Amino acid sequence: MTVRLIARLDIKAPNLVKGIQLEGLRVLGKPELFARHYSAEGIDELFYQDAVASLYERNSLLDIIERTSREIFIPLCVGGGLRSVDDIRVALQSGADKVSINTAAINRPEFIAEAANMFGSSTIVVAIEAIRQPDGRHLCFTDCGREFTGRDAITWAKQVAASGAGEILLTSVDRDGTGKGFDLELIAAIAAAVPIPVIAHGGAGTPAHVCEAVTTAGADAVAVASILHYHTIQVTDVGTSSSHAHYGHSARGVQPNSVDSLKQAMAAAHIPVRPAVTDHD
Amino acid sequence: MTDARPTIAIIDCAHGNLFSIAQACQRVGLEPLVTHDAGAIADAGAVILPGVGAFGTAMEEIRARNLIAPIEKAAASGRPFVGICLGMQLLFEESREFGTHGGLGLLKGDVVRFDETREEGLRSKVPQVGWNRIRPSQGETWTGNLLDGIAPDSYVYFLHSFYVRPSDPQARLALTTYGGESYCSAVQHGNIAAFQFHPERSGPIGLAIFRNLAKLVSA
Repeated sequence: MTVRLIARLDIKAPNLVKGIQLEGLRVLGKPELFARHYSAEGIDELFYQDAVASLYERNSLLDIIERTSREIFIPLCVGGGLRSVDDIRVALQSGADKVSINTAAINRPEFIAEAANMFGSSTIVVAIEAIRQPDGRHLCFTDCGREFTGRDAITWAKQVAASGAGEILLTSVDRDGTGKGFDLELIAAIAAAVPIPVIAHGGAGTPAHVCEAVTTAGADAVAVASILHYHTIQVTDVGTSSSHAHYGHSARGVQPNSVDSLKQAMAAAHIPVRPAVTDHD
Repeated sequence: MTDARPTIAIIDCAHGNLFSIAQACQRVGLEPLVTHDAGAIADAGAVILPGVGAFGTAMEEIRARNLIAPIEKAAASGRPFVGICLGMQLLFEESREFGTHGGLGLLKGDVVRFDETREEGLRSKVPQVGWNRIRPSQGETWTGNLLDGIAPDSYVYFLHSFYVRPSDPQARLALTTYGGESYCSAVQHGNIAAFQFHPERSGPIGLAIFRNLAKLVSA
């Protein structure tokens, strides 16, 4: 079994965006083009997050999911604004393999079990957006870190797993987009507390950060965004002109890297990885 | 029919990502048809039984849509019949997912869950989610079947908590190791082949499997 490197694409349809601490979103380019590039480079999985869905209570990515699924044959997980089993069904029918839920699970925890029973645990990812508090606790938020839920992240993670979720996507909101490294304490606490895979997300700035999320904190998979997106903007013509400005402006802590260089660093750290793909279809 | 491409029926019996299976079929020149119509299943050059979700729920759906007889006929017809993920598990006699449920019984054996407590220190979270290797079962060769041309120890994408235990060791086409446990990740019995992993999500390796299927259907 290998540790997955996942490309996370925050999308404000029709564009790929990236912010800092899930806020201040800037347009980087067309998500399908970035996704195609990552797939060719050997990324293990794609994660599409509708960055504005929770504000409008609907997922607007269906066209983008469908276009991606026509040409990319690797796993695709989709999150944002999925409130009912019907929303999940439509996302799966459009080409998603898994869905990620956050707000709907917080508002009605029974939704996790309902979705898992209908679509199978392995289809249901619960996203936890945690913010570290001055007292060292981690509390859960929704709506891009705006709404406090009153829940402790570790307690909630255990409840999520017991309810039948297949994976936890764990975002450290205070690290997101900063390149300062993952919140290793948060990841370690939750990875040890639940029997299901935990995906670390939020803060990757260097290959070493990606490795320590696994070797130090015990993450089962690592999701990265800026580190790949800025590399893609530099080495391809996939990005928009404003994306270059964004990179210069906001990502000082992030060292752009390719999928291959991240995987090489992981392999060097004795993390089992799927080798980069050479046999392109 | 004006379109000469061979058709493949993707049985619409469970909630799952049928779209990407259909896309993979199209990519290799097959004409996919997502259907639960008995006539369409009988007419197709090959049949895929996909599925994600819970075993019991999927069997209920198969019964509610009167699909047992069409599936049995297709499996007995000699035409290629392919199970994917839950669609593989459904081919067996019974599963212990959320209680004990009877399956289609086209293959002998049962379906059990990974034991996450099995080996201390080994990565054995359940479900297994991610890329893992497949290798030929002892004494098996992939020449001439759907895994023809795939290098042993190739990585494919898995997403599951349960796995099959065929009664007939000869039915095991591929093995995979997870959490220190070696289990059957592909089966072949006559015209029936099935994969625990997702060929439609396994990149170039997965598309090579679909290409083998297309060759078999056109032959």
